[in-house]
Amino acid sequence: MDTSAQLKQIQSFVNKLGVMRLKDLIKAVRNCKTAADERAVIAKESAFIRTQFKEENNDTRHINVSKLLYIFMLGYPAHFGQIECLKLVASNKFSDKRLGYLGIMLLLDENQEVLTLVTNSLKNDLNHSNMFNVGLALCTLGNISSIEMARDLSSEVEKLLGNTNTYIRKKAALCALRIIRKVPDLMENYVERANKLLNEEKNHAILLTGTSLLTEMCQMDKNVLNDTRKNVPRLVRILRNLITNNFSAEHDVNGVADPFLQVQILRLLRLLGHNNVEASDLMNDVLAQVATNTDNSKNVGNSILYETVLTIMNIESEKSLQVMAINILGRFLSNRDNNIKYVALTTLCQVASILTDSSSLQRHSSTIIDCIKDTDISIRKRAIDLAFILMNRQNIRVLARELLVSLETTTNEEKAKISRRLCECANRYKPNKRWEIDTVCRVLKIAGGYVEQDVINNFIRLVSTSSTELQQYATSKLYNILCKREDNIECQEGLQLATIWCIGEYCDLLLQSPLDDSLANADEDENNTTVTNEIPTENEVVDLLEHLLEGSSVTNKIKQYIIIALIKLTNKLDPGSRGRAISLITKYKTNINLELQQRAVEFTSLDTLSDDIRSVVLDRMPALENIKENRKQNLGVSESSLLSSDEQLDTKNSNDLLGMILGESSSTSSNTKPLEKSSSSSSNIMDLLGDIQMGTSSMPPLTPSNNSSSNNLVNQMDNLNLMNTSIPPKIDQNNSLNNLLSLGNIMQPSSSSTIQPSNSTTSITPSIAEPKKEENVLYYKNGLKIVFDAYNENPIIIALKTKYIADPSYVIDKINLLVAVPKSMKLQINPPSATVCTPDSPINQLIKIANPSKAPIKIRIKLSYATNGRQINEMFDYSSFSESLWT
Amino acid sequence: MINFMLLVSRQGKVRLTKWFNSNWTTKERSKIVKEVSSLVLSRRTKMCNVIEYKELKIVYRRYASLFFIAGIDANDNELLCLEIIHRYVEVLDRYFGNVCELDLIFNFNKAYYILDELLIAGELQEPSKKAVLRVIAQQDSLAEGEEYSVQ
Repeated sequence: MDTSAQLKQIQSFVNKLGVMRLKDLIKAVRNCKTAADERAVIAKESAFIRTQFKEENNDTRHINVSKLLYIFMLGYPAHFGQIECLKLVASNKFSDKRLGYLGIMLLLDENQEVLTLVTNSLKNDLNHSNMFNVGLALCTLGNISSIEMARDLSSEVEKLLGNTNTYIRKKAALCALRIIRKVPDLMENYVERANKLLNEEKNHAILLTGTSLLTEMCQMDKNVLNDTRKNVPRLVRILRNLITNNFSAEHDVNGVADPFLQVQILRLLRLLGHNNVEASDLMNDVLAQVATNTDNSKNVGNSILYETVLTIMNIESEKSLQVMAINILGRFLSNRDNNIKYVALTTLCQVASILTDSSSLQRHSSTIIDCIKDTDISIRKRAIDLAFILMNRQNIRVLARELLVSLETTTNEEKAKISRRLCECANRYKPNKRWEIDTVCRVLKIAGGYVEQDVINNFIRLVSTSSTELQQYATSKLYNILCKREDNIECQEGLQLATIWCIGEYCDLLLQSPLDDSLANADEDENNTTVTNEIPTENEVVDLLEHLLEGSSVTNKIKQYIIIALIKLTNKLDPGSRGRAISLITKYKTNINLELQQRAVEFTSLDTLSDDIRSVVLDRMPALENIKENRKQNLGVSESSLLSSDEQLDTKNSNDLLGMILGESSSTSSNTKPLEKSSSSSSNIMDLLGDIQMGTSSMPPLTPSNNSSSNNLVNQMDNLNLMNTSIPPKIDQNNSLNNLLSLGNIMQPSSSSTIQPSNSTTSITPSIAEPKKEENVLYYKNGLKIVFDAYNENPIIIALKTKYIADPSYVIDKINLLVAVPKSMKLQINPPSATVCTPDSPINQLIKIANPSKAPIKIRIKLSYATNGRQINEMFDYSSFSESLWT
Repeated sequence: MINFMLLVSRQGKVRLTKWFNSNWTTKERSKIVKEVSSLVLSRRTKMCNVIEYKELKIVYRRYASLFFIAGIDANDNELLCLEIIHRYVEVLDRYFGNVCELDLIFNFNKAYYILDELLIAGELQEPSKKAVLRVIAQQDSLAEGEEYSVQ
């Protein structure tokens, strides 16, 4: 050792003096008694590290970066260490590199520009002679690669995939997996090598990573999938060897041979056998072998059985094998281990649709009911899903009772979903109408604060189409629930709305003695209610409305419902009570809410009209019947055909009503037509009626200007008409329209989600004919909805008229849409009409696809936009195009 | 794939975070860590080890005072994920010799190095415990060798 080297070493030692070691920092932090102490220690040390970084001290960099990573883990800022990590990576020392790459993986994410600086270091290390340096680089690239890095370094990884060192090859395989995830175009460079990895049947790590890589490729590309089928016999052989042959201690987990590899192979087989009889036939035997030979006493064995079941259910497997799979799930379901139970429920939900007959599932319904009551939300959620799938006319009473119980305890977000589905099922499988009314009432009582508007609308329709006896029954039932004036009941907005509507419509029935005594008996599902329903007096009814109007949980929407109910009551009450109702309305003539104010003004002036006009205006609503049939018709034809719905209505009543209003309002009627359908004046009103029907069924696309609020129209028919007569001229047209449509600031954003086809009531009636020119939803998230119209310009060119729509109160900015099509197609994207999308100004964009080979069209979308200051990047595939576009 | 891996103490202190996808910004990541930890910490012992969170599934298992948490895709095998977690714990245990939380606090970088030998891109790279321990030991000695050598 010569002196200069010694000197250097001493110098380096001196440099490190005065620098706190990592261990000391951790101890200091752990000794902090309070969070403030901790912050102080960190702040001081961060400042120290910062100055050290500025001094470019090579000897202390390692220590300082490792301290900084610790600080970062505690949740404090550490971005100023990014460049230092790069410097460490560039060092010749392995320990520096190791820490540097760790820092890069922790401190940098894909979107940071610093990342481009890493590319060069990675390239150097990928070509390094030391396998561990290569390993570090592959690991870093595999974990944080961006699109640019993937492109730049792909050829290096390709080369390494053929390296003789298995340590490098396995890492390169997973690195390749990341690269093709980022840049799917690069996939073809890897296909051959990936298939070759399977040749190394003795090496588990290579087999495992190779299978993972192939699985990813097969998911992404059909051609690779078809090509990989040639490997089925090999995969089957590997799997069979694993379960039958030689025990290898190195890969044994609790007596199961390499479960990780087994699962990965099963997963790949699932893709290869899906919709392919030939490949499936090759697998049947080995799947049966795995299903019978795997030890099911431990988690590890069950993880394989679980994967096997999924594979069996997703390929063209033999019937006997499917029975075996269902039996395994049955055993899972009765397993005491909750994890096993959970996966059984999840899997059953998935396979229930594949099963041709659900009787094998129905056998387990008692277990499923037990799971509905489980305290564990994961299990409960899945069990509830499954219960809805299994629900039918025979078991709905039992299942609904359990679901109602679970509704009381579940989380608020769940309440909305369960309520909606329960009401839908109640409608579809109801044993009788009264049962449906009872059930929905209970739903509203438990979760009325969380249900969406269309649940209430459907209930209103249900009551309105029932017999008079049932209308009376429902009204007095609801009235009695609210009469108890319990806070936890009164906070259920949905319950209030339904009750108020019923009182408004059927108050006269409420004030009569029961028409059908048998109905008044305690309902089956709620035997605890003491039905001492005395007939209320007029005053009591108005009292209740007044109480609700001034209650603590009143909302604008409730106020609106109440005001309408009150004006409707004036038709049915004695003069004394009528005066009270009017004076309650009068209070709102000066309300700050424009909608309420306007209604109050209109209603009070309505009250001054002559009795016969008033009584007709305020007469009971016609029954909202046959919604589904109407909708079928309407969907099948164009917008204007809404008119046809009037034929379905019992029109005598409404015609009277409408005729009268038309007589008075012809001068302003054009002002108020929200639907821009000018036609004769009577069709104008019919439009409204049509719309009302549309509204309750939550099918917005036909009323372009008011998709979220058409629901409200239902209950406001009279108002709409009234508005014709009395819109103050000073309110400009747009404004009043908007108000009319949104009727106060009511519709929560969540209600817009009800419009999604998947949730909407379409699911009840799958038989509904699809409209010719359907609106396809390409994307709907974060308040941005992208829909398109697809049509053939000529047999080869397909045009996609794309429209970006922002949900109310959303502003979507910096929209950038990239589209990729398979190689056989050509693409032309026209620039969008704007880059900022607001609820009032949707954006249009035309995309054309040339498809000379007439292949099924699929596109990959890369979408980026900003909303609420958040940048969102999405990538997804879309292939649900109508086949008629290319056939 | 595994989207992220977290180690959280029973008190909610984060001991390790590893991200395998870059869909989230740093801010979103810390929000996820917070939400997921509180979800996991609120679970009772007998409940199952899977929670649905956003479009992901959270699979976790508690070892002494530490929760090992993985965020996997919805169609991944939850039971196998538990095995992967267990594999990680086994390797840590073998490496440190009866590992405890303190080992991981003071040697957090080692915990990361070991994880990097198990997972890349959110997928398992090595099914053999022995192989992982071997390469870790080799790299450790490579690094230590430098400490004492004179450059």
